[in-house]
Amino acid sequence: MPDEILVVKDLKTWFPIKAGLLQKTVGHVRAVDGVDLEVKKGETFGLVGESGSGKTTLGKSVLRLIKPTDGQVYFDSIDVTKATKKELMLLRRRMQIIFQDPYASLDPRQTVGSTLVEPMRLHKLVSTKSEAMKRAKELLLRVGLNEEHLFRFPHEFSGGQRQRIAVARALAVDPDFIILDEPTSFLDVSVQAQVLDLLKQLQKELGLTYVFISHNLSVVQYMSDRVGVMYLGKLVEDAERDVLYKYPEHPYSYFLMEAIPVPDPEYKKVPKLLSGDVPSPVNIPPGCRFNPRCPYATDKCRSGDMPFYTGSGGSYHRVACHYKVDFDSGSEVLRPQMN
Amino acid sequence: MAAKGESLLETRDLTVNFHTYRGEVKALDHVQLSLYPHEVLALVGESGCGKSVTALTILGLLPGNAHVLEGQILYKGEDLLKKSPEQMQEIRAEGIAAIFQDPMTFLNPVLTVGVQLKEAFLVQKHLWTAQTRDKSATGAVDAQIRGFLLEKETEKEGSKRESGRDREKIAEELSKDILKLVRLADPERILTQYPHELSGGMRQRCMIAMALARRPSIIVADEITTALDVTVQAQILTLLKELRDTIDASSILITHDLSVAAETADRIAVMYAGHVVEVASTIELFRKPLHPYTQLLMKCIPDVRKPVTHLESISGTVPDLIDPPTGCRFHPRCPFAMEVCKTTKPVLKDIGNGHLVHCHLF
Repeated sequence: MPDEILVVKDLKTWFPIKAGLLQKTVGHVRAVDGVDLEVKKGETFGLVGESGSGKTTLGKSVLRLIKPTDGQVYFDSIDVTKATKKELMLLRRRMQIIFQDPYASLDPRQTVGSTLVEPMRLHKLVSTKSEAMKRAKELLLRVGLNEEHLFRFPHEFSGGQRQRIAVARALAVDPDFIILDEPTSFLDVSVQAQVLDLLKQLQKELGLTYVFISHNLSVVQYMSDRVGVMYLGKLVEDAERDVLYKYPEHPYSYFLMEAIPVPDPEYKKVPKLLSGDVPSPVNIPPGCRFNPRCPYATDKCRSGDMPFYTGSGGSYHRVACHYKVDFDSGSEVLRPQMN
Repeated sequence: MAAKGESLLETRDLTVNFHTYRGEVKALDHVQLSLYPHEVLALVGESGCGKSVTALTILGLLPGNAHVLEGQILYKGEDLLKKSPEQMQEIRAEGIAAIFQDPMTFLNPVLTVGVQLKEAFLVQKHLWTAQTRDKSATGAVDAQIRGFLLEKETEKEGSKRESGRDREKIAEELSKDILKLVRLADPERILTQYPHELSGGMRQRCMIAMALARRPSIIVADEITTALDVTVQAQILTLLKELRDTIDASSILITHDLSVAAETADRIAVMYAGHVVEVASTIELFRKPLHPYTQLLMKCIPDVRKPVTHLESISGTVPDLIDPPTGCRFHPRCPFAMEVCKTTKPVLKDIGNGHLVHCHLF
C-alpha cells in the first residue's frame, strides 16, 4: 500500500466506567468501536458526525494521545499502537494535531516565539538559537503573520490569529500529516474562510495530508476530498465528497445532509426530521447502531453484525446498511452481500 | 412581511456601555429594533456584535457593570427600562420569556424535571384563585392549557381554592401537557428524571417548556441550538416555528448562523459591532442584501447545495469596542468606505418595504 499514509484497522477506544467503593469497572464508554479507514497521501479526509460520535477520540487515538483499547493504526506502515517511546517520538514529528480552541491550546505564559521554537528543539531540528528564531520567523510569514509577532503573548491576538499560531506550531516540526480537530469552530464566519484557505494553501505547498474533523458539514465539504460519517463510535459511510453529499446511501448520512441549514429562505425544503437523539455510547443498541432512530429499520437491523457494503458511488464508497433505500419513495431493497 | 401595524416590542436608540478595568466597552450604539406579533425575528451577527447584550437589556438581565446610557424599550406601551426589578421579574414571567444556549446551566441538577416544571405553574398565583383565573385568558394563552384548567374548575365546582395536593396534581397534569406541546415523547417518565439523564435536545425542549409554562407573548431564544447537533437543531427550529403558529408566541432568535436564520426567521436584523446595520424580511434580505457587511457575510457562508472552490472572508477583524471606529463602525473593513464613513455615523434608513439599512451608500 504505497499510496496510503494512514491505515486504521478495527480501532477501538473504550473508556472504563468505575463505580463503587473498590472502583470496579462496571461498563465501558465505547467512544470508538471498530473503525476501519484509509487515508491517502496528499488528500484531505473529512470526518463528520454529531457530538459524542467519537470523531475527536478517533483523532487522538490515531496519534496515540489516547491509547487505543484494541486495533491497529499504521502510519507509513509503522504500527503506532505498538510503537516504542523512541519510535513514537519520531512519529510525533511527522503527525501533528491542531485543536479546536486556540484560547486553550496555546500556553498563555509563552511568547509566540518560544511556542514555535520549543517543538523544534525537542525534536532536534535546529542546532542554534538564531537558526530556530529564523525558522520561527519563516513560519509566521508562512501563516500570514509577521516577525514582530514573535515576542508577543497569545492574549494579544484575535481568535483567527491564534489559530494561525497553532498552525505555525504544528508546522514547526515539518510534519507530513496533520489532524485538524474542528479548527474553525471557535472562529467567526468572517474569518473562518481565511483559516480554511490558509490550510488549503499550505497543503498544496507542502504536500500535507489532512484528517479534517468537524461537525460543520458545509466546512467539511469545502475542505475534503473524501468524507466519512461517524455515528456512535462507528463509521457508517465513507465516499468521495461529491458522492456522499449528493447521493448519500446510509439513512443517517441522508438525514444529516437534509438537516444542514441552507442560507436561502426561498429554497423549499421538505422537512425531513429525524426523531430522537443519539443514544449513550454506554448502552449501544444491538445490530445497526442507528436502528432505534431509523425509519427504515427492519428486524434484520436489530441484531447481528453490521458489515460494510459497496455503495453505488465507485470503489471507495462503503455503506454500513443492509438496505439500499430510495429516500424519495421509501422503498428499500436488500444489498447484495459483499465478497 | 413588511411593517405590519403595531409592534409588540420596540427598542429605540438603545445605547449600552460596560465598565471594565480596561475602559468603557461601547457594546450597543443606538439600537433600533421592532418585533411584530406573530413573527420570528432573527438577530444575526458575529461574536461581540451585541446581539446577546440586546437580548439581556430587553430582559432586564444586564450584569452590574453595564449601564444603559440612552434609549427606550417599549413593551405594551410602557418603557421596560423604567421598571423596578420586581416588575421586570413579573414581565419575564408573563410577557417575555428567555431560553439560553446551554440548558444544563439553567436546569437545577439536583431536582427532577417534574419538580422544576411544576414550580413554574405553582408560582403563578393567579392560576389558583378562581377570581383572577379568567384574566389569564387574555393574550397568548395556549388553548390546550386553558381548556384543561376550565375542565378542572368545573370538576371542583363549589370550593373556591384547591388544596395543596390538588394543586400539585393539576400542576403535574399541566406539566405533562406542556411537555407534549414541545413534542417530548413519554412525558410521564421525563417528569421523574433528572436533567443529567436527558440528552441535550431533550433538555432544551424542557427549557422551552418551562418558558412556555408562563404563556409568554415573546420568547427570546439566545443561541438555543448552538450546543446541539444538526439533526436535533432542525427539530428545535421547527418547534419554534410551530409555536409561533400554535400559541401565537413571537420570538427573537439570536444566532450567529445566517443559514439558521434563513430557515427559521420571518425577518432578520443584522448586527455589527453594536450597530443594527440592516433589517429586512428574510426573503428580501437574501434577494437584495444592501449593506456591504451583509453582502460580504453572505459570501462567507458555504452552501452545501452549491459547492465552491473559493470562500470569501472579510479582511481585518471585529473592532475592539473600547475604542470603536468613528463614524460607521464597519468602515475599516468595508470595501466601499468613503471619507464620510470615517466621520459621520449613518442613520438607519428605510428604503421601502420595511427594508432598513444603516449605510451612507443609500
